[in-house]
Amino acid sequence: MAIKKFAVAAYDDEAVLFPAVKKVRKSGYKIHDVYTPFAVHGLDVALGHKDTDLHIAGFIYGLCGTSTAVGFISWIYTSDWPIVYGGKPHFALPAWIPITFELTVLFAAVGMVLSFCYLNQIMPGVKKHVFHPRQSDDLFVMAIEINSHMSESEVIAFLKSTGAVETNVQMAEEGWWYGRWDKEEEYEKLNSSVA
Amino acid sequence: MHIKYESFVREPLVDGNKTYHQVSEDIIRPIEGKPGRMWYVGFFFSIILLCFGIFSVSWSVYWGLGTWGVNRTVGWGWDITNFVWWIGIGHAGTLISAILLLFRQGWRTGVNRAAEAMTIFAVMCAGQFPIWHMGRVWDGFWVLPLPNSRGPLWPNFDSPLLWDVFAISTYFTVSLLFWYSGLVPDFSLIRDRAKTKLRKMLYGFASFGWTGTAKNWQRMEALALVLAGLSTPLVLSVHTIVSFDFATSVIPGWHTTIFPPYFVAGAVFSGFAMVNTLLVITRKILHLEEYITIGHLEAMNKIIVLTGSIVGVAYLTELFISWYSQNWGEMAAFQWRIMGPYWWSYWAMMTCNVVSPQLFWVKKLRRNIPFTFVMSIVVNIGMWFERFVIIVTSTYRDWVPGSWSYYSPTWPEVGFYLGTFGLFFTLYFLFAKYFPVIAVAEIKFVLKTSGDNYKRDMERIEVQSAEEFQHELDAHHDEDHHEEAAHH
Repeated sequence: MAIKKFAVAAYDDEAVLFPAVKKVRKSGYKIHDVYTPFAVHGLDVALGHKDTDLHIAGFIYGLCGTSTAVGFISWIYTSDWPIVYGGKPHFALPAWIPITFELTVLFAAVGMVLSFCYLNQIMPGVKKHVFHPRQSDDLFVMAIEINSHMSESEVIAFLKSTGAVETNVQMAEEGWWYGRWDKEEEYEKLNSSVA
Repeated sequence: MHIKYESFVREPLVDGNKTYHQVSEDIIRPIEGKPGRMWYVGFFFSIILLCFGIFSVSWSVYWGLGTWGVNRTVGWGWDITNFVWWIGIGHAGTLISAILLLFRQGWRTGVNRAAEAMTIFAVMCAGQFPIWHMGRVWDGFWVLPLPNSRGPLWPNFDSPLLWDVFAISTYFTVSLLFWYSGLVPDFSLIRDRAKTKLRKMLYGFASFGWTGTAKNWQRMEALALVLAGLSTPLVLSVHTIVSFDFATSVIPGWHTTIFPPYFVAGAVFSGFAMVNTLLVITRKILHLEEYITIGHLEAMNKIIVLTGSIVGVAYLTELFISWYSQNWGEMAAFQWRIMGPYWWSYWAMMTCNVVSPQLFWVKKLRRNIPFTFVMSIVVNIGMWFERFVIIVTSTYRDWVPGSWSYYSPTWPEVGFYLGTFGLFFTLYFLFAKYFPVIAVAEIKFVLKTSGDNYKRDMERIEVQSAEEFQHELDAHHDEDHHEEAAHH
């Protein structure tokens, strides 16, 4: 959680974005992140991100659901309150398949969505810096953190050479915070002086 | 990078000259403007229906279920008929969003958002019926396995009625999560475009702070794929379990093993009909004809003719098996179904579900919008009759001829049913006004392969020989390779 300076480049085509990502990484600049209006396949690989483990988490949540259902029902029917329903045995496993299946799916889905929100740090009321208002519309926006050893103008010139249609330098909060989206944040006022 | 090419054999999924920005404009603009007169009129009527439904249900609860036409012989009347009907309608949404995702059917992108919304609203309507059918609804929590002072007495986990509680609530929860996770990026689009403070605040809240980083999208895709994989068996299980409510009993006409697949096919059949009903109107009113194209409607009509035929085969199989079993109870049940006092409901079902959808074998009719609309309503009438036939005509003549009866609904039952239409359309009108009716991010994802203007540019690739095409790909690949090597 810190306010930092970023060089921002906006591209209007994935076909330009991919070579640009490659060039920027090769030149040694560290990409803070790339923001896109939709899922661009292969971008995670181009940025060197590992594959997500979300699906493995989902599998584990599912197993929790399975064991919860089987464990709970068998505990009730064999020890807590054994009742003979319609002549069925106390341990009527086939009759429990539907509920076991439903709980498996329920746990996996709810668990995965919660993990998804946690990993992406999204939640109602969460606010994050938006580098470009059109990053959810039609622009692919790359942000590079500028530290004291870097020359601002050099970075911008380099980004322009990679085919960016728009470039600028912004102060931005890099993490997330609770806030209302209609309120301008204190730090955002710094940006008018930067621009 | 992957190949951005799709064969000309497939028609474009997005018509017209579209850019990414134009897609946002077309789909988000209705949310930002004032709704038209049609919207207000429709919304007003839905609210009226909803209020009448609330009145009817309140009446039923206050005076008790004696106000309904159900009796000792026909214990399940319109309420359970409507329950099965609504839950079946919901199935198409999941089929489109989950099963068609697994099968990589690109056309689902244009219709999945609205279809999933329909699923959620239909399940909400369906859920009303078993709840208010309980009569003493304040004891409704007895269906939940909660620790209690009654023993503790647990619900019967061996009962299909309890399986239903778990199936429907899981189905509702998972559908809602699937739907909302897809909505989050689209809400962030509305938020970033917002000109008014209120809109910025509300959609900012609803968008959960989504910014669309590469990692965000990677996880989104993983989530969508797994949720689709989970929803696929889930949706099949839901109507299977609904059919178990009947099939595990020993009532002639209910006690059949064909019920699970037959119910699922019927559910998909009626669900796609409802999607067509809604989308034919929605695309017209919101001017989305270029996103929900005639090709989309045709694809759904093809599924209607397929599932309609499956349902038809199931009806005939039932008749055959009742004769083949030589069980007098079974044979009598089916004889009375066809020729008894409820003959009209059986033949309404047969005409609407089996005969009329066969017209969709004709391509001209599949692509005819007024015909599609009329047919979608015919199918839903037919599917309502199917549930009525199964429920009422299997029970009105039971084992004791002295208690044979004829069931007709009373006004609170009819009012309850109309009320669920009110609930459904009230929610749908709100959805159409405040939510992106089409998944914007998903349309943008397929735009450059399936958009009309981009497809036209592919003519060059289309005339290339296979060798040329491969050569160019290799060249591209080598280039990447050399750069990598130089990097190392």
